[in-house]
Amino acid sequence: MHELGIAHSVLEAVRTEMGRHPGTYPSKVGVRIGEMAAIDPDALRFCFEAIIRDTDLESLALEIKVCPRRHCCRSCGHDFIVRDYDSRCPQCASLETMCISGDELELDYLEVEEYGASTAGAKSTQ
Amino acid sequence: MERVPLERKVLSENDRIAAELRARFQDHGILCLNLISSPGSGKTSLLERTLETLPREDRVAVLTGDIQTENDANRLKRFGFPVKQITTGGTCHLDARMIERHLADWNLDTLDLLLIENVGNLVCPASYDLGEAAKIVVLSVTEGEDKPLKYPSIFFKSDLLVLNKIDLLPYVPFEIGEAADNARKVHPGMEIVKVSCLTGNGLHEWMTWLAHRRRAHQSLVRETAS
Repeated sequence: MHELGIAHSVLEAVRTEMGRHPGTYPSKVGVRIGEMAAIDPDALRFCFEAIIRDTDLESLALEIKVCPRRHCCRSCGHDFIVRDYDSRCPQCASLETMCISGDELELDYLEVEEYGASTAGAKSTQ
Repeated sequence: MERVPLERKVLSENDRIAAELRARFQDHGILCLNLISSPGSGKTSLLERTLETLPREDRVAVLTGDIQTENDANRLKRFGFPVKQITTGGTCHLDARMIERHLADWNLDTLDLLLIENVGNLVCPASYDLGEAAKIVVLSVTEGEDKPLKYPSIFFKSDLLVLNKIDLLPYVPFEIGEAADNARKVHPGMEIVKVSCLTGNGLHEWMTWLAHRRRAHQSLVRETAS
C-alpha cells in the first residue's frame, strides 16, 4: 500500500509545475502506469482523492493510463503485447525477446486553465 | 485549456538519489544487493547464514529494514560485520533517501559488498530503486507456487530467486518445478537457487552465485575505471 506516497509525489510534481504557469490553475494530471509497476490504479485514485480533498487542488482530476507489458523480438524485431506472461514472439516463436515497456510510473501531462476562462471548479492556488 | 507534457517519472526524486547512490557504489567498487520477500520468507536467516560463512575480514555491511524493532540488526550483529537497522515507523518499503541517510557515517572505502534487507513485502519495495546493482527475491515453500504470477513485478525485476525452506518440502504441498516455471514465465531465464537456511542445504549454490556476482562486479568496476 504505497499508493499514498505515489499520490503525494504526483501532487508535489503538479505543484512544482504550476510554478511555471502563473495565472492558471491545474484541472487534470495524467499518469502512465505499467501493468508490471506494482501500482493498483484504484488504490492510487482513492489516495489521490483523499489527499486533495479540502485543499486548493480539490478540483484536480487524475487520469491513469495503464500500459501493457510490451516486448520486442531480438530475432525478427516484432513488437508485441505480452498476454498471460507469454513472452514468446507471436511472429517467429523466438524466446529471445526483451521488455521495452510495462513498468512505467510516469507523469504524462498536466492540463492548466486560465482563471476566468472557465469558472467550474476553479479555486485559488495560493 | 493548455496541456503541458510532463514526461518524467513519478518517483523522480527517489530515482535521483538512487542514481547518486549507484554512482557512489560504483566509485567505491561496492556491489549493492537489495533482498525482497514477504514477511517471514527468510531474508534475515539467509543473511545470517551468509555472514556466518564469509571470512571475518571480508568487507561486508548490512542495512536491514523493518517497520518496527531492532530485532533483525541484533540477530545480524553477532557476526562482527557492520549492521544498521532502518526502522521505517510505518512505511512498507525502503526508499533511496533512507539508504543515503543510514550510510552517512560509514566509510564506504572499507566496503566491497552492501546487503540491504528490505521491509517484508512483495509489492511496494518493487517500485523503489535503492541504487542497488540487483534485486534478489526470496520465496519460501510455505507460500504457494503461484506467488510469481500474483506479484509479477518483483519477480520480473529481480535477477535471482532464492527458494527457501526446502527442508519443509516433504510436509507441504509445494511443487518446486511449478514455482520455477511460474517465475520464468514472468521473468524468462531467471536464475533460481534452492536453499534451506535451517539445514544449510543448497547454501553452497547461493554463496557461489554471490561470489560470482562479486567477481563480475569487481571486473566491471576495474574496466570502467581504466
